[in-house]
Amino acid sequence: MARHISTQRRALNTASAWTVALILFFPILWTVLTSFKPEAQAVASPPIFLGFDWTLQNYVDVNEQRDYFRYFVNSIIIALGSTAFGLVLAVPAAWSMAFVPGRKTKDLLMWMLSTKMMPAVGVLVPIYLLFKTLGLLDTRFGMVLVLTLMNLPIIVWMLYTYFKEIPGEILEAARMDGASLRSEILYVLTPMAVPGIASTVLLNIILAWNEAFWTINLTVTDAAPLTKFIAGFSSPQGLFYAKLSAASTMAIAPILIMGWFSQKQLVRGLTFGAVK
Amino acid sequence: MGKITLSQVRKSFGEVDVISGIDLDIEDGEFVVFVGPSGCGKSTLLRLIAGLEDTTSGSMQIDGQEATHLPPAKRGLAMVFQSYALYPHMTVRKNIAFPLKMAGMTADEQAKKVAHAANILNLTDYLDRRPGQLSGGQRQRVAIGRAIVREPAAFLFDEPLSNLDAALRVTMRQEISELHQSLKTTMIYVTHDQVEAMTMADKIVVLNAGRIEQVGSPLELYHSPRNLFVAGFIGSPKMNLISGAEAAKYNCATLGVRPEHIGVGAGDGHWQGVVGLSEHLGSDSFFKVSVDGIGTINVRANGELNVRAGDRIHLSPDLEKLHRFDAEGLALK
Amino acid sequence: MATQSSRSAARLMLSPTVILLLVWMIVPLAMTLWFSLKRYNLLYPDRTGFNDFGNYTRFVLSPAFGGAVVNTLILVVGVLVITVVLGILIALLIDQPIWGQGIVRILVISPFFIMPPVAALIWKNMFMNPTNGLFAEAAKLLGMAPIDFLGQAPLASIILIVAWQWLPFATLILLTALQSLSSEELEAAEMDGAGAIQRFWYIMLPHLARAITVVVLIQTIFLLGIFGEILVTTNGGPGTASTTLPYLIYKEALLDFDVGTAAAGGVVAVILANIVAFFLMRAIGKNLDA
Repeated sequence: MARHISTQRRALNTASAWTVALILFFPILWTVLTSFKPEAQAVASPPIFLGFDWTLQNYVDVNEQRDYFRYFVNSIIIALGSTAFGLVLAVPAAWSMAFVPGRKTKDLLMWMLSTKMMPAVGVLVPIYLLFKTLGLLDTRFGMVLVLTLMNLPIIVWMLYTYFKEIPGEILEAARMDGASLRSEILYVLTPMAVPGIASTVLLNIILAWNEAFWTINLTVTDAAPLTKFIAGFSSPQGLFYAKLSAASTMAIAPILIMGWFSQKQLVRGLTFGAVK
Repeated sequence: MGKITLSQVRKSFGEVDVISGIDLDIEDGEFVVFVGPSGCGKSTLLRLIAGLEDTTSGSMQIDGQEATHLPPAKRGLAMVFQSYALYPHMTVRKNIAFPLKMAGMTADEQAKKVAHAANILNLTDYLDRRPGQLSGGQRQRVAIGRAIVREPAAFLFDEPLSNLDAALRVTMRQEISELHQSLKTTMIYVTHDQVEAMTMADKIVVLNAGRIEQVGSPLELYHSPRNLFVAGFIGSPKMNLISGAEAAKYNCATLGVRPEHIGVGAGDGHWQGVVGLSEHLGSDSFFKVSVDGIGTINVRANGELNVRAGDRIHLSPDLEKLHRFDAEGLALK
Repeated sequence: MATQSSRSAARLMLSPTVILLLVWMIVPLAMTLWFSLKRYNLLYPDRTGFNDFGNYTRFVLSPAFGGAVVNTLILVVGVLVITVVLGILIALLIDQPIWGQGIVRILVISPFFIMPPVAALIWKNMFMNPTNGLFAEAAKLLGMAPIDFLGQAPLASIILIVAWQWLPFATLILLTALQSLSSEELEAAEMDGAGAIQRFWYIMLPHLARAITVVVLIQTIFLLGIFGEILVTTNGGPGTASTTLPYLIYKEALLDFDVGTAAAGGVVAVILANIVAFFLMRAIGKNLDA
């Protein structure tokens, strides 16, 4: 809507938009600020906004209590691993659904999504027992596996909506040009779908990084990611606001920063075919 | 070499026959045009030849070799798509080289062939651009370039000019004809535009509802259409088709007269009528005439004729060039 | 439209995903079904054997069950309504020409990146805590008595926290949809004499229908399983005021160690989820076809 509006109108819009944005962002800002406060000033009444004695002590303390780096590495491995597995499975599946659709394609997609509607708690015990039997409990591979399966329907759906926008004639041209199915997907489809794939990868990393149910219940120490790290601060350390804030900041910072920098790519593909 | 033979080729989607039992011989070096109204199956027929669709039954030979079940890549054919289907993420150079790369050709050979094709098609200056930076005509040339480098047994064109504006369409049409003259490779060309068919083809295949209505050279189809459908489809403006009492005078169910085969005079004509609409192009004049006892007749006259809407004029059809059809719509000799 | 060979290739490439998801769905479900029919309590390992449908009757007839179903629905619907309505308003606002749009977008999207336990913890402790929380401080400043949000309005507080997490997602999808609306369409409506509200109602809202559908579908998928936020903030309480179906099952399994009843609850939850899924997919699949 590139319509011309008056400067006052624009200033008013700007002010309201910024107010809304700052309200939504405030809890995060407050957490980050609190993480730099001495514990006593963190619960000061009235609250101190900026004029406190800035300190890094909370970060040092938190890191001494729990080895942050190990959790961080696990989070990275689980997020990237499940995304890579997911793509390998989903690209061919989405190709099939987008370019060789059948009457059942839509139903199949909806079925995939409905597998995500099952309440995870309902199958926690069986999965726990299965993982115990298979030796997958508290292993990185086990967590990668679970998160791949958790997010697979979403990846397939996103790629499917993306692939559907690519004209089939281009793939047919590749076929006429002598490309095998592998070359067709590798040299023609994938490069054309780069924006969509990028956005899918980003969303999947975010979802995997933040998945808290399976990661908390199926890991102990070896494969425990940052969700488990933060769960350890729920109580009684939760009462120490500054330390809680430092731990929270450490858990969310990596994904928050990645999200900020890749915001444009992420949003572009986040439409799930909602925009025609 | 590119001789293609179809025998009893049939294609059905579910219950519906899109192509019903087609026999066709396409000789090496021929320029064959499939023409027909939309939905007649001409594009499907081309895709069957390309191998992009399976035939439901029947068989197909390319250069005497059984090709019915070969995958597209193995048929030695090249195709130019309606949307050009260029790879948007590759430069023109890479687009043209893609089939060569797929065939495992060395980089040197690829470069040589691409340069040669680019030279023929005047694309040399654009080799490092992406398709998005080219005009419609240039994209069309890239698509042709990609087809040429493969040195295919035959080229398949699927309505390649339909996305171009009118002026460019004429130019590209001529370029494709010239390309055919210099390469002498078999070309199969699908269009719904009978002007393209008439100007380019050695042989026209008129399709309707999945069947071949007539096969012949452009002038054969013009002079002796086998039935009403072909008579109405070939020629512009369309042939006037008259039924009823007037047709009965000529011992037929339907009488066909091409607009250009009707003379216009002030007195003593065969028919009389009032001019409804008149269009004067300078080189030609077109009239819609409401003829007494017959109905509307289209007339085309050479040059300028001082006739205006509302004038009463006399028309005399050229009796030598009348077409007569029986009740089934088949031409009578 | 494709050839036989590409159809079989498609089937081949689709099968790993389908098979994995089938296994992932069926094996735990079958085990849950099996457990649900048995006596299986970790506190009483000697009690074994089949319990017929005893676990089901126990779970369904327990006083918390009805309330849990209602709470689950309130949570899902509440969050959906808040995120869609506010999402549309914020999207309309950001879509206007404003200064610093890029930064505003980054600020608005940020809550989406926050992991649920962190969101729950900071809201619970630093905002909703009745003694030290910021809301309490704000109340003091205004001379009012601080409210114990999680104690007095537990479900509403949880809805607030979850809505905060999902609002960015809804806003961004709706914003993208809004930006794809051609200004010519709006100008035509303006020429036809439609005022701002009529333009929104007759042009923008129908245009957003697809996007709203997608938001509802995806959020429902995630919201039906909401559990961690409740565990961290209220433990389902006070009493059962904020106990949802997933939390009730969790309580049976991990707090009362009654795996059999928890499994029965799991089966019930799966059935209910499938009912929701069925109606949702019916309603929405149609909208997504276009």
